[in-house]
Amino acid sequence: MSTHALELDRITVTFQSPDAPSQRYTAVADTSLAVRTGEFVSVVGPTGCGKSTLLNVGAGLLDASSGEVRVFGDPLEGINRRAGYMFQTEALMPWRSAIENVMTGLRYRGVAQAPAREQAQAWLERVGLGGFGDRYPHQLSGGMRKRTALAQVLVLDPDIILMDEPFSALDIQTRQLMENELLEIWAGESEGRRAAPGPQRTPSGGGRAAPGGTSARKAVLFITHDLDEAIALSDRVVVLSAGPATRPIGEFTIDLPRPRDVAEVRTQPRFVELHRQIWDVLRDEVLKGYTQQLKKAA
Amino acid sequence: MRSPNQGPGRNLRIWQAALLIAVLFVWQLVSLDAQYAFFLGEPVKVAGRIWSWFMPTGLEPNALFPEGVPGRADIYIHLGITLLETMLAFVIGTAVGLAFGLWLALSATASAILDPYIKAANSMPRVILAPIFAMWFGLGIWSKVALAVTLVFFIVFFNVYQGVKEVSPVVLANARMLGANQQQLLRSVYLPSATSWVFSSLHTSVGLAFVGAVVGEYLGSARGVGYLILQAEGTFDVNTVFAGMVVLTAFALLLDGLVGRIEQRLMKWQPRHGETEKL
Repeated sequence: MSTHALELDRITVTFQSPDAPSQRYTAVADTSLAVRTGEFVSVVGPTGCGKSTLLNVGAGLLDASSGEVRVFGDPLEGINRRAGYMFQTEALMPWRSAIENVMTGLRYRGVAQAPAREQAQAWLERVGLGGFGDRYPHQLSGGMRKRTALAQVLVLDPDIILMDEPFSALDIQTRQLMENELLEIWAGESEGRRAAPGPQRTPSGGGRAAPGGTSARKAVLFITHDLDEAIALSDRVVVLSAGPATRPIGEFTIDLPRPRDVAEVRTQPRFVELHRQIWDVLRDEVLKGYTQQLKKAA
Repeated sequence: MRSPNQGPGRNLRIWQAALLIAVLFVWQLVSLDAQYAFFLGEPVKVAGRIWSWFMPTGLEPNALFPEGVPGRADIYIHLGITLLETMLAFVIGTAVGLAFGLWLALSATASAILDPYIKAANSMPRVILAPIFAMWFGLGIWSKVALAVTLVFFIVFFNVYQGVKEVSPVVLANARMLGANQQQLLRSVYLPSATSWVFSSLHTSVGLAFVGAVVGEYLGSARGVGYLILQAEGTFDVNTVFAGMVVLTAFALLLDGLVGRIEQRLMKWQPRHGETEKL
């Protein structure tokens, strides 16, 4: 059995313009990327380089033009049932209250109302929103909506978490707070998952009982354009080239000790050194991406 | 100088009432002339007509009504029929419009095939269907219901269609990632998203349901407020025509208020201006 939770194997994604079929745009070219079980991998790259495209392929929301996606060794068909996805923009249903939003996935999976509500409440408490279950998304602040979205993903106990710049819309203080909480929750999962809040685990949780699904930590694939965030959170940072035809151009193992505090870790000499190394690779790509955007606008 | 934002403020209601009284007063003055009164009617007689429609007890002869007002209380059967037609048309039209809107918005093939026919049916002046409906369904309530349904259907249909098309792609992708199947997507994403569009259309369509019912009655019936107006017109009884108009307007406002109530209850998740509570 594979030790990789998620493997993207020589993925190419080419978009065809619906009006002019001859006009093609290759967002991602021949990209391979693997996330081991329990590993936290960040992908950084200049804006518009196809990071989100890559994530959508891994989630099964988007079909690759060529290449294969494997989830715990099995080829992916349709939606990736073992992954939870945290979106960059607002993804909560505005017509459901916070707790109903967190319950949504459980209800889809056929969990009865009462236990679903119980588990959702436990997760809301875990992200510090125990008393806000009856609020509608528009009544919550940006940070609270992100916490709700996090609970919505985690209540399903996915083996893989895909995150698409989830905290980019938050102010810097709220963001560091959320990053620390994310690390805490992710690390907490490793301790035999006794930290899981629900009294019982999700019954029939979409193939969750499958072998390999009961491994310790969750695998995280985290997309960001913020290098500091990537280094502070990850075990490994992958740098993507500027688009079009994005591909990985560098890979760095982050050997900073855990547990980390995202605010404090930035002052460590090793962090500064890693930051300089990665930035050396990234800088040229950022400039390239910027010139391309200028050309596109002209 | 007053800035345009500075409205009449709390005197607003007084000004509104004053305007109504002024119009009624001028109307009454003009109608002192018998020739004008024949065409324009008299507000006092209109009020007397409404009284005798609704009240079982008459009024003794007095200063305003020298001949007194009989209390007949005979409008209820007509009003009941008209309201029944309106409600039936409203419910049937909304349900069918909702179903068709969802179906066509979610099925690209069906929508592509039916597109020109829907455009044609929508641009057709649908009142001309009344004679056909009268032939098919007779002079009872169903020919009126059918006419009103055609008016309501298209309003709701187009709004639902638009509502489904404008579902946030992120919310949709999120629901799919959370494991929703096609039916669950319909129930938990498409329908609630379309509902907000439907409600904005319900205010228009409840009015149109009323229009359809009354116009249908006016074109041929034995009961209903439209029938009363038609009868009065036949005898040049302009006061009764005006009285019918006033009653219809009042009930249209009532129905609209009812829809607003239901909307407020069902749409409490929507942020309302000045009501959003940030934490």
